[in-house]
Amino acid sequence: MKVLALIIVILTGSLLIYSSLDMPDWGDPNSPASTHVSPRYIEKTIEETATPNAVTSVLADYRGYDTLGETVVIFTAAVVCILLLRRFEDDKTH
Amino acid sequence: MIRLIEDLHIQFVCRIMVPLIQFFALYVIAHGHYSPGGGFQGGCILGASFILMMIAYDIEYVKKRFPEKFNTFMVAFGVFLYAAIGALCLILGAEYLNYGILHKILPADPVKVRALGTLGIEIGVGITVSAVMLSIFLNLSTFGKHEKSEV
Repeated sequence: MKVLALIIVILTGSLLIYSSLDMPDWGDPNSPASTHVSPRYIEKTIEETATPNAVTSVLADYRGYDTLGETVVIFTAAVVCILLLRRFEDDKTH
Repeated sequence: MIRLIEDLHIQFVCRIMVPLIQFFALYVIAHGHYSPGGGFQGGCILGASFILMMIAYDIEYVKKRFPEKFNTFMVAFGVFLYAAIGALCLILGAEYLNYGILHKILPADPVKVRALGTLGIEIGVGITVSAVMLSIFLNLSTFGKHEKSEV
């Protein structure tokens, strides 16, 4: 059984490494990631958002919905922790 | 899990460190516009300072300052602040989270007001993250009892 698992892991790993060979080079200006919206973010950040830090302007302004979702995820983590773990003293059921 | 250990050295160092850590956390939140930082990172540092206080002193010591009801309220209030700023933009006649429209109620031009809107949501994120850190740590370390145990 362990041998079978090892074979599956090696097979999947080699597939992943093989597929990573198709990835564009680091910092390639012609890769899809840097031709679509990135130039607009880099060139117009100050003009459009008055925020000198492009990371902040993408995080909180251009992609505001994304950050709202992230905050809700953290909120959900706390709510689930309270629901699962919190025990009150007058709770005699267990 | 958490026991009261009266250690003068730890308490003395924490008494000096905690205000500095909290001050640095506020700096990271407020200065996230210009340097690496922002709501998530600053909120995490702020929550860590509460946890340090809880470890060095006592659970009761922190619970007196941040009662459970207040802390749980703050968990929800940060998300509410974020969503409310978005809804305010919607009410004023722009898209959800389009901060430019806030110049109708804030004394600044539409471009500058976008930076203010960003700061507003960063503060909301910071409040939520710091309250969540404290809440999760308290629940996990005391098995949900929120009091010190003898184990």
